[in-house]
Amino acid sequence: MVLVKCMVNESPGTATRLDPESAEWLEALAGTGRVQEAALARLHALLVRIARGEVRRRGPRLRITGPELDDLACQAAADALLAITGKIRQFRGESRFTTWAYRFVILEVSVKIGQHFWRYPTVPLDAEDWGRLPDRFGFDPARQAEWRDLLAALHRAVDTQLSPRQRQVFVAIVLNHVPLDTLVIELGSSRGAIYKMMFDARRKLRAALAANGYMGQDTAESS
Amino acid sequence: MNDGWRALDDFLRTDPRDVGCAEAVEMLHIYAELVAAGEPAEQRYPGIAAHLRACGPCGEDFEGLLAAIRGGAG
Repeated sequence: MVLVKCMVNESPGTATRLDPESAEWLEALAGTGRVQEAALARLHALLVRIARGEVRRRGPRLRITGPELDDLACQAAADALLAITGKIRQFRGESRFTTWAYRFVILEVSVKIGQHFWRYPTVPLDAEDWGRLPDRFGFDPARQAEWRDLLAALHRAVDTQLSPRQRQVFVAIVLNHVPLDTLVIELGSSRGAIYKMMFDARRKLRAALAANGYMGQDTAESS
Repeated sequence: MNDGWRALDDFLRTDPRDVGCAEAVEMLHIYAELVAAGEPAEQRYPGIAAHLRACGPCGEDFEGLLAAIRGGAG
């Protein structure tokens, strides 16, 4: 907590048109002594509450339970508090202070979940089982005759149209269900870079399927 | 179109307005507050809306932030 205290000694700079509650938060966090300590404790408690709510919300899909899930939430809250106090001068009053602060803890929950699945992978990151593809998209096995050629064409397009890196990311995310935030750690990359890689891969794959008559051209921009 | 075709079609759809993860995350608190207030956030920030529809992790963060705001934890 001492470290945190040092990081919020500077006054927030550019906040404008603050609502009274946000102004109160900023004033207390920029204060000194007991006022600041009390504000930090209150903010930490709030972040723990939000983190716990968020891991509970995501929990059923994560297969993480009990103390492990709570530990993850507490780590996320602690790291979020450090991030918030370190960046408090960047708060510009475009939302309530608490909403701005919640964003940090929600993002930290994602990071912690990504780290968890990196440490305890449920599927080897480089596994490659194309038999999972129909189930991944919910194709009905009883109607295999209708989609077999489509998925064979998709597999060919993955092999021939994507760069090695795009193919690696496609296999990890689509076939192996590796969380994107886990892949970020594995590849030493960023969420944005991996997303962009998949974005470009999706465009290439659609174009290949469209060229062979399996799918229409992309019309998302008009939807 | 059956469910599998539709899911694949959705997955391969890309929106040129998509702003990407960095911009979406930077604006997430503003966007989520607009949505929580019932404001037309999607019309005001179509590129962020496009991204949140397509990016699973950012969409999950958005849903979490929205739940936190609506939960009245402040």
